[in-house]
Amino acid sequence: MKKLNLVSSIVVVILLLTACSSPEKKTNPTSTETKAETSDPSSYDPKRGEGKFTADMVKVGTSLDAAMAAEGLKVQGVKCAACHKLTDEKLVGPGWKGVTTRKTPEWIMNFITNPDPMIEKDPEVRAQLELCLVRMPNQALSDTEARNLLEFMRKNDGVK
Amino acid sequence: MKKNIFKLALLGLLMVSMWPACKPKNAGNAVSGDTAGKAYVAPGKYDEFYNFVSGGFSGQMSVYGLPSGRLFRVIPVFSVDPEKGWGYSEETKPMLNTSHGFVPWDDLHHTEMSQTNGEIDGRWVFGNANNTPRVARINLKTFRTDEIIELPNSGGNHSSPFITENTEYVVAGTRFSVPPDNVNGDVPINTYKQNFKGHLSFISVNKDNGAMDLAFQIQCPGVNFDLSHAGKGKSHGWFFFSCYNTEQANTLLEVNASQKDKDFIMAVNWKKAEEYVKAGKGRKVTASYAHNVWDEKTHTSKSEIKKEVLVLDAKELQDICYMIPCPKSPHGCDVDPTGEYIVGSGKLAAVIPVFSFDKLQAAIASKEFDGVYDGIPVIKYEAALYGEVKKPGLGPLHTEFDGNGNAYTSFFVSSEVVKWNIKDLKVLDRVPTYYSVGHLCIPGGDSRKPSPKYLIAYNKITKDRYLPTGPELAQSAQLFDISGDKMQMILDFPTIGEPHYAQACPADLISKDQVKIFKIGDNNHPYVSKGESETSVTRQGNQVHVKMTAIRSHLSPDNIEGIQKGDEVFFHITNLEQDWDVPHGFAIKGANNAELLIMPGETTTLKWVPDRVGIFPMYCTDFCSALHQEMQGYVRVSPAGSNVPVTFSLGTNTPAPEPAK
Repeated sequence: MKKLNLVSSIVVVILLLTACSSPEKKTNPTSTETKAETSDPSSYDPKRGEGKFTADMVKVGTSLDAAMAAEGLKVQGVKCAACHKLTDEKLVGPGWKGVTTRKTPEWIMNFITNPDPMIEKDPEVRAQLELCLVRMPNQALSDTEARNLLEFMRKNDGVK
Repeated sequence: MKKNIFKLALLGLLMVSMWPACKPKNAGNAVSGDTAGKAYVAPGKYDEFYNFVSGGFSGQMSVYGLPSGRLFRVIPVFSVDPEKGWGYSEETKPMLNTSHGFVPWDDLHHTEMSQTNGEIDGRWVFGNANNTPRVARINLKTFRTDEIIELPNSGGNHSSPFITENTEYVVAGTRFSVPPDNVNGDVPINTYKQNFKGHLSFISVNKDNGAMDLAFQIQCPGVNFDLSHAGKGKSHGWFFFSCYNTEQANTLLEVNASQKDKDFIMAVNWKKAEEYVKAGKGRKVTASYAHNVWDEKTHTSKSEIKKEVLVLDAKELQDICYMIPCPKSPHGCDVDPTGEYIVGSGKLAAVIPVFSFDKLQAAIASKEFDGVYDGIPVIKYEAALYGEVKKPGLGPLHTEFDGNGNAYTSFFVSSEVVKWNIKDLKVLDRVPTYYSVGHLCIPGGDSRKPSPKYLIAYNKITKDRYLPTGPELAQSAQLFDISGDKMQMILDFPTIGEPHYAQACPADLISKDQVKIFKIGDNNHPYVSKGESETSVTRQGNQVHVKMTAIRSHLSPDNIEGIQKGDEVFFHITNLEQDWDVPHGFAIKGANNAELLIMPGETTTLKWVPDRVGIFPMYCTDFCSALHQEMQGYVRVSPAGSNVPVTFSLGTNTPAPEPAK
């Protein structure tokens, strides 16, 4: 009797123990999908940059549109002047002098409206980043603001 | 034999001691193997739902993602928040103004999202201040508190901020009845029955811009109004409030307010009340309450103290309020998606009564009354009752709905969620919660169109759920998958404050309309600097206004001289950035205030009173670029009356001459 009790109690204990352990299935966490966002770098056109503007879309005249340039100066004061001088001296970013002679109008329009992908892809912009260490911010320029700025840059470069 | 009995007893004890090990005590063994994946949102992936959770005694509102339980933001509402400068910046201080002055900390209990046609529309979420009675409206494009209105004649705004199905009104029923504000309140407390009144506030909401206005109040008998919900669909035009302490006790409510077998759910015909307002039946009474409004264009707020409120008398106007008997101190008062069923949860009751809107209407029409309560007709219990859920659990509190004919009720005392069928009143499923659940939330679960994928239980007691953090523990929420017949717990996550009610909605309803920046061109702050050329330092007596800009990675100006000890210096800082997620911070040594956090295109002001002479550094507190550590400057403070002129500069490198040797 005594023995039986002991045996039965052991059996009950084992039953209890095993009843508690639930099978633990190992599940693979849902695989982390990463979007393939990197487009083919060879498709990057360093003359045009990347963005909505093409050479056909950005027509600049031989002479200056003074009214547009005046509007562009206003935008420059609010959104650009904190980091860019009008001379060739670097402040936070490079000075503006001569930019319209080095870069195409569409490149400038694309860069000022769509800087982030161009900072990743454009070799010259990447080189600038190594000097300046501050990524040019997207300043949410409208198309008109961007075009007026371009005209002001032309004025700054001596277009009359 | 005796020995054997002893052995058996020992065995029994052993078994009992081992059983608790089998109880699902923690997430480790309460959930089965594949559940983790159900709450898993991979890095870089978005949650399916936004969840707006009351921050309870923190006074704030928290925003979580579901099903991950990740905390995205704490929206400052009724309490100061130094992390965001809320209540510290000059622009936000008026938002916390009340008729009692500046209140820095309140208690936010319930959240309610705006609705159109009974469906969540994703425009605003409302919150209530329980202590100093107020209602706030939060803009879901900016996740900021845009408006706060105080409620006169109230004490403890608990049955709030529930809304009608087109957000016509947000209601606020007083928990503590008190003497009205326009009579002498200096009365003995034990004159409750003669002098104390309960007021229900109806705040209108402008359907285009959300502007709130205290349209009218209904003066009711002095009881405790606890919770409420609007009718919907067929019952649109009615509001239902649970009432307890119909004993009208003024002390030891624990005992004295639990005497009666039944308290009430008060049905309010607010459409009728509106008609009475139009017919001029309201009484204009003097009051004093703050109305605070944020202006997104000037980035400032204004607080106005209003002096009058329109009051309707429920006793006098016989057909706007009706009492429905409801067992034992009802708490939750919830209306199903069809608008037909009103669920009362007597927190001390052993049944859940379900009332029928159709029967209620018939009972009113045929005057099936059982006397009056302080001038308000009492409807016969059976005349309004659809049926009772028998033996559902202990301590029913709140009910949410899945839109498929089922209700989910929380049980505080028995610490469980019970799923039951509304038509046949049969219990279908029950799951334990950890521990002592209060409110429940199903996305859209109090609207006409729930999204019944998940249910969240907000628990009152955390105890052993997480790693301990001293005597004060994180609060506990539990997420259940309710897409199948049986509820299944899939996640346990901590929350801030003590979460009361919460709301949730599909994420794209809100994420699509997010404001990313404030357009600098639209900034009409009186001290905005649109460009560094507009920055300045101007002395006006002992007040100095600094117009400053911040952009990666400098402040302009960054050298300021001519400030004197004891001056009131106002730093009006404009963040010139126009890119998403580039706030700048601002801090200056010794500020007896907080810091600032300035969103792109915004202007924010910090007041600083230098208490000593010397050089004070200032800097950007929010890591903004690789040159963030360079984003700093100095302010020179001279003695009062000093002749050091006010000057300011940026980038003027003119070192002082070497001292003569």
